[in-house]
Amino acid sequence: MWPAIGQRGSVMRNAIAPDLVQVDGLKMYFPVYSGVLRRHSGDIKAVDDVSFTIRAGETLGLVGESGCGKSTLGRAVLRLYEPTAGRVVIDGQDIARLSTEALRKKRPTMQMVFQDPQASLNPRMSLSSIIGEPLLEHTALTTAQRQDRIYELMDQVGLNRRFANRFPHEFSGGQRQRIGIARALALNPKFIVCDEPIAALDVSIQAQVVNLLEDLQDKLGLTYLFISHDLSMVRHIADRVAVMYLGRIVELSPRDDLYARPLHPYAEALLSAVNEPNPERARTRTRILLKGDLPSPANPPKGCNFCTRCPKVFDRCLTEKPALVQVEPGREVACHLFNTLKPTAGSTGGFHTQDDFQQGVTL
Amino acid sequence: MADLAAPVLDVRGLTTVFHTRQGEIHAVSAVSFALKRGEVLGVVGESGSGKSVTMMSLVGLLPTPPAEVRAGQVMLGTRDLLQMSAKDLSDVRGAKVGFVFQDPMTSLNPVFTVENQICEPLTRHMGLSKAQARARAVELLELVGIPDAAKRVKFYPHQFSGGMRQRVMIAIALACEPDLLIADEPTTALDVTIQAQILELMKDLQKKLGMAIIWITHDLGVIAGIADRVMVMYGGQVVEHAPVDQIFHNPQHPYTRALLRTIPTITGKREARLSVIEGQPPIMTQAPKACPFGARCAHHFARCDAENPQRRPLDSLPLGQGHDVACHWSAGVSHA
Repeated sequence: MWPAIGQRGSVMRNAIAPDLVQVDGLKMYFPVYSGVLRRHSGDIKAVDDVSFTIRAGETLGLVGESGCGKSTLGRAVLRLYEPTAGRVVIDGQDIARLSTEALRKKRPTMQMVFQDPQASLNPRMSLSSIIGEPLLEHTALTTAQRQDRIYELMDQVGLNRRFANRFPHEFSGGQRQRIGIARALALNPKFIVCDEPIAALDVSIQAQVVNLLEDLQDKLGLTYLFISHDLSMVRHIADRVAVMYLGRIVELSPRDDLYARPLHPYAEALLSAVNEPNPERARTRTRILLKGDLPSPANPPKGCNFCTRCPKVFDRCLTEKPALVQVEPGREVACHLFNTLKPTAGSTGGFHTQDDFQQGVTL
Repeated sequence: MADLAAPVLDVRGLTTVFHTRQGEIHAVSAVSFALKRGEVLGVVGESGSGKSVTMMSLVGLLPTPPAEVRAGQVMLGTRDLLQMSAKDLSDVRGAKVGFVFQDPMTSLNPVFTVENQICEPLTRHMGLSKAQARARAVELLELVGIPDAAKRVKFYPHQFSGGMRQRVMIAIALACEPDLLIADEPTTALDVTIQAQILELMKDLQKKLGMAIIWITHDLGVIAGIADRVMVMYGGQVVEHAPVDQIFHNPQHPYTRALLRTIPTITGKREARLSVIEGQPPIMTQAPKACPFGARCAHHFARCDAENPQRRPLDSLPLGQGHDVACHWSAGVSHA
């Protein structure tokens, strides 16, 4: 049994659901050209060898600081970028290798909600043409059928039908985000990447949008990759959480386990830095203050990516990159502290531990 | 911590309107507060609640027109800033009042070195020579925790990371040892781990230098960690004002209560569903005649539409020193 069962219905129902999304060894490098001849002199390793799965109906939270590669990962998963390497299997098809035409046919199953609803909606299109555009592109509905579907979608996200002919600038931030969500839902997707969908909204509006996303998930059985830097909101919405640092996942744990007892030193520092709306706790708690800033992803440290800021760094961290391995049932961590076995060759040492644990775990 | 001397800043009935093509927007309506030396006043509110406009009105940073500071009194020490000439006011800004803005990238000048920008207030307000100012610039960078300050002082803003840039901003703001520091969302653009660094730094500096701070933010978590007192703004008005523990543990105004309920936490019980405040914040197109929160308030009743509630103390302390609230409904509620 999967250790963490969420409180919401969809998760219960899908406790043994199959994986809808499988990401395997995904790399997204952006080449750097320099010198007079613009020679390829290096790569920005925005996403560096990332693997995870998301079960149908599940919400995977993806957290990390700006520049850690979480948005790039979200886009690469939907092949909005051409990944450098790796597999992205969504609903049984490796979309990283699909031809352009096959990918276009696949697009309806996977959609995205963007951070800034101001920038992601065309200011010259009315609300109904924005929501109707995917229908025009991917379906053979008649005009009347399409209009019905547009109204249905507007009802679903709580937009008044009277607004159908208005333009994006006439709406508030929260309403614009609802338009973005309606557009993403138009083609009945199975999987939606939400890239910081609430970051640009006011606190009182954030809760409205998050509740809407949850209602839609329950109703339509959606699967989310929820990218955010807001750890409190991720605790609310996600079933499992992946913590990213400098292009790599450092910890992937069920939500309650992560927040109760983060294992990776970075996850621990990140959680300790969150400002809680509680003055007593603010006075008494001890923060793990990380020194310095994120290293450049063009030139990551030789060993563990976190070794330059880690309070628990030791010799091995400086020379060897830790692999993401299962250290407890359902919990994967990329840290030498939790991987005491000496690797025999490459990263196989890690898999040994994983096998041991998997006897007790049915995925 | 705060002594009983006269307040550093005493603001009474500050009212600011914007003249727009659609008519007047009443951004700030009769805002009053006071600040003692060594105190941190947190100002919370959503976008458009008037918190930034209030602070910019204090020191004449708003372009007039379209803005007009219509009424009020802003006493900094013994002088009313609203009555000052533009020239006198520019002697106050930077010298007596320091600023830290949200986005250090847009508030630092990209074509000058950091040294140049720190030295400017030092030579302008403090009358230091160039050599003295340069030496002081290095000290200030060390004070705000920038390693290798002697070398980095020659850097341009783009050579610093976001957190380091914000430290530079703080160094500039503190250069003339102001009595008052206005920090407008100083950590909002930063990542949580960097945010934590800056918060610790500010607390530390305040202990060392003892200035009064006005800390504007929409993040209640930040407020809980840094403020002594909190002022909650909505629709251009102060709806509740109280010591920080009171705001979080005994909030009185329905807006404060609702706001605290909407934010999820990383400890404590995880709610199955977030509570929401339905509706949108108001646009104040006329001077408030009714409670601005009325339309979204769960406890709304007839009187809320008829009369804009005035701030009313809930304890024996004078208004603006203890806990006060501007609400008709909470009048009938006991302190629970």
